[in-house]
Amino acid sequence: MKNMKKVIRKEYICFIAIYLLILFLNSQGIINNYLFQVIMLAGINIIMTLSLNLVNGITGLFSLGQAGFMAIGAYISAIITTQLLPVLGLRASDALSAVLFLFAMIIGGIIAAFGGFLIARPTLKVKGDYLAIITLGFGELIRSVIRLIEFVGGPRGMINIPKLTNFTWIFVVVLLVVYTSRNFITSTYGRACLAIRENEIAAEAMGTDARKYKTIAFTYSAFIAGIAGALFAHLLVFISPDNFAYAKSSDLLVYLYTGGVGTITGSVLGGFIMTIMPEFLRFMEDWRLVIYALVLLYTIIFRPYGIAGNREMKFLGIKTYAETEGKLWKKIKQRFKKKGVGKA
Amino acid sequence: MVKAIQLIVYGLQVGSIYALLATGYTLVYGIIKMINLAHADFMMLGAFVSLFVYTALSGFGSPWWVVAVVIVATMIIVALLGGLVERIAYKPLRNRPTLSSLVAAVGVSMFIQNFLRCIPVVGPVPRAYPSLFTSANITIGGVTISAIQIVVIGVSFVLMLAMQLLVSKTSIGKQMIAASCDKDGSALMGINVNRIISITFCIGSGLAAICGILYSSVYPSIHVYMAATIGNKAFISAVLGGIGNTKGAVLGGLMLGMVEVLLQSFNSSVSYGASFVIMIIILLYKPAGLLGTAETEKV
Repeated sequence: MKNMKKVIRKEYICFIAIYLLILFLNSQGIINNYLFQVIMLAGINIIMTLSLNLVNGITGLFSLGQAGFMAIGAYISAIITTQLLPVLGLRASDALSAVLFLFAMIIGGIIAAFGGFLIARPTLKVKGDYLAIITLGFGELIRSVIRLIEFVGGPRGMINIPKLTNFTWIFVVVLLVVYTSRNFITSTYGRACLAIRENEIAAEAMGTDARKYKTIAFTYSAFIAGIAGALFAHLLVFISPDNFAYAKSSDLLVYLYTGGVGTITGSVLGGFIMTIMPEFLRFMEDWRLVIYALVLLYTIIFRPYGIAGNREMKFLGIKTYAETEGKLWKKIKQRFKKKGVGKA
Repeated sequence: MVKAIQLIVYGLQVGSIYALLATGYTLVYGIIKMINLAHADFMMLGAFVSLFVYTALSGFGSPWWVVAVVIVATMIIVALLGGLVERIAYKPLRNRPTLSSLVAAVGVSMFIQNFLRCIPVVGPVPRAYPSLFTSANITIGGVTISAIQIVVIGVSFVLMLAMQLLVSKTSIGKQMIAASCDKDGSALMGINVNRIISITFCIGSGLAAICGILYSSVYPSIHVYMAATIGNKAFISAVLGGIGNTKGAVLGGLMLGMVEVLLQSFNSSVSYGASFVIMIIILLYKPAGLLGTAETEKV
């Protein structure tokens, strides 16, 4: 009985309940197919926001090119499925095609991660703002390279991608990414990344190989972005280079910072609320984009911890690791000063 | 040979617009170490404000003084708007990590674009831009140079020269340099740092406004999203030359313009990506840009 309690935890029941509830509401027509699609897009945005959180929130780097990695994942996986499905004689509804989709998704993720590694290794020696620009440049570069490749439709985009993504896929991947992010943050790697964010020089003095951990964080987040891209391509059935423009990356920034940078809860809330909100603001037509911008400005100026407010969901079982803005470092310094250890 | 000179003139025209916009980026970065991603949107604002001022003055025809009034009025209006945005959106964030002001800049940029898109006088549809300058051509030894090209290159160079003089010779420029070196120290010396930062924003936005007028005279179709691409390129120019360095911005802008025009003459679709490749390569070998000096971080 005791073991049972350990295996079946409250939140698992919650997840299954949410999953079934959304499916049920959709089958009853209370959530129409359009809103259902938006919910699935929100799931993909949550995954992207979590991936951005690892770079911007946890490691303290600044990436403006996350959409570029998403594009790599989307295109690679779409090429694999569109080429292989007819060869194997499968239809999108076959069970085996799901296996193929998983394969394509992972390959897309790995190649995106490789792209992340390639850009991270040499560029991480440049800091802060410059890194933001290089990632922006990288994202735009990928987009303009895709535009040149006629095989994937060039600027017109890629059509006839099989619709393999469904709600189950997205739900499962979101949960996986939430839990792996949790594990990453609480692992040695994650703590090293947090140390780098708080004070890079101090972290290096303590023997943390900053470059190594930054590369790991960057590569891992590119991998997640690649997976999100694969889901995105097979959900929309049509992708074009303009889907992954700079605007996409800046949208992700809105999700992350309004949700609460540095926290998993914040990323999930931000990704979900900011994707769903415009649908309920439809009556305001174009003004909703203005409201969007105002919400971002309000949060960044008055509520730096976002919607999550520097709190984490209890079941994740982690303390908050939101940006402390150097407060932690100051505290440590003060502690040393009081005891007179810091004096030479 | 004729074709080469023609390309160089065209490159100068493109490059000087980049350089002028990059100067604004660099000025702001130099003083508060913040990348003003919304800077290019002030260029777009400049284009629209000048269009409205010009239409308001259309009763007078278009003698030279109307054009002058349009330019000066646009510059003043946009400069004031720039100062206002700085006070509202950026000032509260000054003591936070630089990355949060970067996000605020993204927010400001989204706000300006979408707000203009919503208000009926501007709207989402591209507008035709009136020709403020004559469209005559001058031909010297087979090379055709349009009057607009001369105006663009001339005005940008005069403004860039004026900026150099402003920064190095005047009291305001010296206060700017002092504030960018050490804010607390310059405040102790009696410099009103907040005022200087606002003035910097005003000057930067004013330059962007003029840039908007010049750009739309060359490409006379203006819309709210026009600034995205050119903003990125101007920004690359600033980074190339070493952000924070006004001479570097000019160098970077002209270089990028030239390279882009040359590449365009070979293959038009490569040039946009190529500018990013050049930037990444230069930053890898000279992380502080061409004219920038690498700062060592103090503990």
